[in-house]
Amino acid sequence: MVVAVILILIVVGSVVFHFMSPWWWTPIASNWGYIDDTIIITFWITGTVFVAVILFMAYCVLKFQHKEGRRATYEPENKKLEWWLTGLTAIGVAGMLAPGLFVWNQYVSVPEDADVVEVLGQQWQWSYRYPGEDGVLGTSDARLIDSDNPFGVNPNDPNGQDDILVEGDDLHLPIDRPVKMLLRSIDVLHDFYVPQFRAKMDLVPGAVTFFWLTPTRTGAFDILCAELCGTGHHIMRGTVIVDNAAEYDEWMSEQETFAELAARAKAEEKQQAGLGTPTGDGFEKKVSLVVNEDTAKPIQ
Amino acid sequence: MANIAPTDAGYVPPAEVEDTELHDPQSFITKYIWSQDHKVIAIQYSMTALAVGMVALVLSWLMRLQLGFPETFSFIDEADYYQFITMHGMIMVIYLLTALFLGGFGNYLIPLMVGARDMVFPYLNMLSFWVYLLAVLVLMASFFVPGGPTGAGWTLYPPQAILSGTPGQEYGIVLMLASLVIFIVAFTMGGLNYVTTALQGRTRGMTLMRLPLTVWGIVTASILGLLAFPALFVGGVMMLLDKVLGTSFFMPTIVELGEQLEYGGGSPLLFQHLFWFFGHPEVYIVALPAFGIVSDLLATHARKSIFGYRMMVWAILAIGGLSFVVWAHHMFVSGMNPYFGFFFATTTLIIAVPTAIKVYNWVLTLWQADIHLTLPMLFSIGFIVTFVNGGITGLFLGNVVVDVPLSDTMFVVAHFHMVMGVAPILVIFGAIYHWYPLMTGRMLNEGMGQFHFWVTFLGAYLIYFPMHYLGFIGVPRRYYELGDTTFIPESAETLNAFITVAALVVGFAQLVFLYNMIHSFMKGRKSSQNPWSSASLEWQTPQKPPVHGNWGPSLPIVYRWAYDYSVPGAGRDYVPQNLPPDQVGDTDDPQPIGGGPVPAGQAAGVMEANK
Repeated sequence: MVVAVILILIVVGSVVFHFMSPWWWTPIASNWGYIDDTIIITFWITGTVFVAVILFMAYCVLKFQHKEGRRATYEPENKKLEWWLTGLTAIGVAGMLAPGLFVWNQYVSVPEDADVVEVLGQQWQWSYRYPGEDGVLGTSDARLIDSDNPFGVNPNDPNGQDDILVEGDDLHLPIDRPVKMLLRSIDVLHDFYVPQFRAKMDLVPGAVTFFWLTPTRTGAFDILCAELCGTGHHIMRGTVIVDNAAEYDEWMSEQETFAELAARAKAEEKQQAGLGTPTGDGFEKKVSLVVNEDTAKPIQ
Repeated sequence: MANIAPTDAGYVPPAEVEDTELHDPQSFITKYIWSQDHKVIAIQYSMTALAVGMVALVLSWLMRLQLGFPETFSFIDEADYYQFITMHGMIMVIYLLTALFLGGFGNYLIPLMVGARDMVFPYLNMLSFWVYLLAVLVLMASFFVPGGPTGAGWTLYPPQAILSGTPGQEYGIVLMLASLVIFIVAFTMGGLNYVTTALQGRTRGMTLMRLPLTVWGIVTASILGLLAFPALFVGGVMMLLDKVLGTSFFMPTIVELGEQLEYGGGSPLLFQHLFWFFGHPEVYIVALPAFGIVSDLLATHARKSIFGYRMMVWAILAIGGLSFVVWAHHMFVSGMNPYFGFFFATTTLIIAVPTAIKVYNWVLTLWQADIHLTLPMLFSIGFIVTFVNGGITGLFLGNVVVDVPLSDTMFVVAHFHMVMGVAPILVIFGAIYHWYPLMTGRMLNEGMGQFHFWVTFLGAYLIYFPMHYLGFIGVPRRYYELGDTTFIPESAETLNAFITVAALVVGFAQLVFLYNMIHSFMKGRKSSQNPWSSASLEWQTPQKPPVHGNWGPSLPIVYRWAYDYSVPGAGRDYVPQNLPPDQVGDTDDPQPIGGGPVPAGQAAGVMEANK
């Protein structure tokens, strides 16, 4: 009796908690409402099974508990029942898998017209690179990274000269425009995670990974690292600001390009070193070593 | 084929091999320390696993204190926290659950359940334990080296596992990897034994389809282990080389704190594939023995044959096979080729079908049964609740696109604790309450057991059920503290504090259980020969607890499967596997037959077959 009641209370309590508790997902700010829909389908199918199985068990415990003289029925198997249950389960599973794979197909198919933004992760901060006016990111390599070239952009690649570099500042994205996030890490694994976007993906050193989304709501959202990356994992935060088109363009026009940054660095170096010091060849030597290498290929 | 149906009960094939020779102990040392008796080795394995499990329990308290009450405990800093979660995870998965299910229960039960005198390779079995103990000691040593144990997370993902941003990167990670490699050596020796014994050591009449599901579960898990652990072995050795010799198996070009490291050209994803090629079967290395054991507990305490035995066996084998083709569902957002997602989501959800069949058959076993609400039965019911709960959240995480928002959040933590933490551990407890009388000759205290069950079961449910919803909010896992965010409400912090309090209480209940084990060993009520009136073979030995060699002068002969409960026409509500067909109608307690003199006809049969 007691056991059966507690089992029923567990079922009722779980269902009530699900619908009444204040803890639910954060309001979405991207196009990935499909993901939320798939979760809801999954909740209904699996929730039904959970409730049915536990209530059935509670009924059995109530009804078939040992009494003096009671004897169990001898029924080792029931092929028909077993196949029915197998079939119904298979249908339920298909009912979750089909929408899941349908949405996944969208998740991995980046729209042709998506903008590109690169996220660079390192212990324990986020930086961002935009392709600039030409719309193409310059090639990059972790071996080119030094204090003057924190992104490792190939200085000989004309596509990279107008790249916009954002360090120590927020990521800005325009609303309602699909964007492909290219993800790079220069040290360990990280994961670019914005709860309101639903989407996330690891950053893998030695590779460029990606995901895409369309922001659908303006505002400022937290960026967290979701892949353990050392003692500072929990403080690796950032902010992404979804702007309307005008605000976005205005912000973009205030940013510095790679070429501007490099020129400024060169000028500073000259100033510090004084006369008679050969300039700039540290850069060129490194580049000549790696000119044909491109370890940072997008996985596609 | 249909060896289970009552119609063919009584069929006994001729004996194929001679009785085994034993390595009888010569002294106290060979009896209790360097013992080759599977039962002693099983106890040694279990005690070591429980001892190291206590370390993991304390670590979980410490990490929960930090999560529930951040900025309160100055003695827990970031490095400590990451070391706690890492060691807790690794100890629980490998050194407790794997070792206890296979080295503990596997060792104790397989020879008794199949009617063997011991494991097929007793010396190797002994070595297996001592090498396991060495692995545990190496792991524990990492608490005492400079820098402490590794804090890389139990998944040990490179590059961070061996770089300076991670605690324990000096010696802790080296000891962790070395310990794992040693553990795998120990497991291989044990695992070969379990599989070989179940295949080669079965007594006359014990056909494969008469084996208790416990044996099926443990043996299939051992096969999984033998095939899966080598992947971890390889990964561990390669990472050791990366760390110690500076190779770059898993290390790409890395700029650490503005400095270019010597590494280059390696692949961090390669490690993840190796790790999870082991890691996912590992889930079933823990789950399958639990599936098997709980089937036997349910049947025995519900006085009813397990429902759909053949389907249960096939489900175990199907799950075991499928568990090798689902590993990358742990890597949906790892940056691997995203098209893998289609394949691994499909295989993962397919595995839900045989798993669901097992659940149905457990609850259908209770239908029209004669349910005795003993402690093993209560723990079995608790297992079904937590396993169904944890199983269905697996359908969320396995369905690739649903995994995207939930992966790396507290939802994952709640899911795997429910499904491969709480659920199998409830089975372990149920199994201990069930077999403790066989192992010691005494019953565990019922009152303490009831307290232990209700606090553990309800407490664990209160810990992990709400935790899923933290994951829905988006609370990431492996966070030393949440800090300021715009999306985590204040109430989530309250929930975290509540979970911590529940965890402390549940942990305390385990101390009561430990006390019960020690107390009952000395003062417990004496057990009868077969306190649960169990039909399976391990309860039919002439002595309780069984002595070295298990069966006295002659091996038992098996006439039927292990689930003849409440058979119509039988004298009692259970028919032991070795009860000759002509005695089934008797109403008095069946005598343990293995110990008696061999009936003339049967002895002749053995000799003839040996010619």
